Amino acid sequence: MLTKLVANADEAIRDISDGAVIMLGGFGLCGIPENCIAALVRKGVKDLTCISNNAGVDDFGIGIMLKTRQVKKMISSYVGENAEFERQLLSGELEVELIPQGTLATRCLATGYGMPAIFTPAGVGTEVAEGKEIREFNGKPYLLEHAFDSDFSIVKAWKGDTHGNLIFRATSRNFNPLMAMAGKITIAEVEILVEAGELDPDQIHTPGIFVNRIFEGRNYEKRIEQVTTSLKA
Amino acid sequence: MLDKFGIAKRIAQELKDGYYVNLGIGIPTLVANYVPKEIEVILQSENGLLGIGPFPFADDVDADLINAGKQTVTTTKGSSFFDSALSFGMIRSGRVDLTVLGAMEVADNGDIANWKIPGKMVKGMGGAMDLVAAAKNIIVAMQHVDKKGNSKLLKKCSLPITGLGCVKKVVTELGVFDITAEGFKLLERAPGISVDYIKEKTEGRLLIVGEIPEMELN
Repeated sequence: MLTKLVANADEAIRDISDGAVIMLGGFGLCGIPENCIAALVRKGVKDLTCISNNAGVDDFGIGIMLKTRQVKKMISSYVGENAEFERQLLSGELEVELIPQGTLATRCLATGYGMPAIFTPAGVGTEVAEGKEIREFNGKPYLLEHAFDSDFSIVKAWKGDTHGNLIFRATSRNFNPLMAMAGKITIAEVEILVEAGELDPDQIHTPGIFVNRIFEGRNYEKRIEQVTTSLKA
Repeated sequence: MLDKFGIAKRIAQELKDGYYVNLGIGIPTLVANYVPKEIEVILQSENGLLGIGPFPFADDVDADLINAGKQTVTTTKGSSFFDSALSFGMIRSGRVDLTVLGAMEVADNGDIANWKIPGKMVKGMGGAMDLVAAAKNIIVAMQHVDKKGNSKLLKKCSLPITGLGCVKKVVTELGVFDITAEGFKLLERAPGISVDYIKEKTEGRLLIVGEIPEMELN
């Protein structure tokens, strides 16, 4: 009997403690685990290291945890939309490691694939390469980048089942399936939770073996950073 | 002198039928509005979409469907979604035919800086370092001079580098330039701009061969 089902976000994150290293899925505010972020704020855990492509905006997503000063270190690729982040970074209050987006994704992939490291051309000749091993393949230099070592991964899917199988929707997929594979303990919050057997196995993006805890989230706000529209002719 | 729309329009002339194209944030995004009617290009968005369509009508806005600039978009016929690792697999393995990026500085050897101003501004590199490290063809859309009138086309980048020797072409409000072994080769002048003015505003090595035509924009 699989017991992955938890009642809510608070139960899902119950054992995340001060100093934990956490991966959080999402690109911008798209596909972020809103319920678990709110629960982490309620729990008040601090000194977190967060691995996530972005840091939310000032009052939503990981941005909320920055405001409450729960984050010690961010590992991200792009933080351009968050003034509080930039302030904490420039003042030295927040430790930040900026890494190329493809490197971030592929380091997650390496972890989930059980590979210790990757070689990538991204960042060669830049400050990203400082202190890292460079090796030539076919006459071209590549950087050695290590797989991540994180305690928890928190992801958001569109649909999931009680076995932890996940289906993502549109571009809210982004880092979610990669981080789902990379967590020592992976927590998935989903918009729609169904019984095992109700999802078509051919449509599963993340097989349940990667997911330890799952619950149906509530009150998704799904905030949009830039609403851009066309006018009807 | 071109405005940002003019720069986007001129870059759109570089598109070829069947191209897979990645457009960066800012002016590059505008290029999508000027794709010639007679050709088909597929736009890649590194957050996980191949086949970016126009902005949605107000009633069709979908929070789960955005481009790399976090703007709401739609999909075109034949589009697909994928995760971020697969997305950068497409990029690193050379499937993307053309990448258009913005820049803060470009050097006359093709170095580009566009992710950080130490002590002042940190946005992060996003996907730019992956794109410049692997893309076959990189065109930069940028302002030729900063607000104080200083050239951003330099001998050597002063800001932290995004990638070395990767830029192939630069389009600014003043002209179109190829990156060559001899530096920025002026190909076209923007409407109303003289070669002398471009010389004055370009700090990097500038190569001028023969008569330089004024660019044609429809």
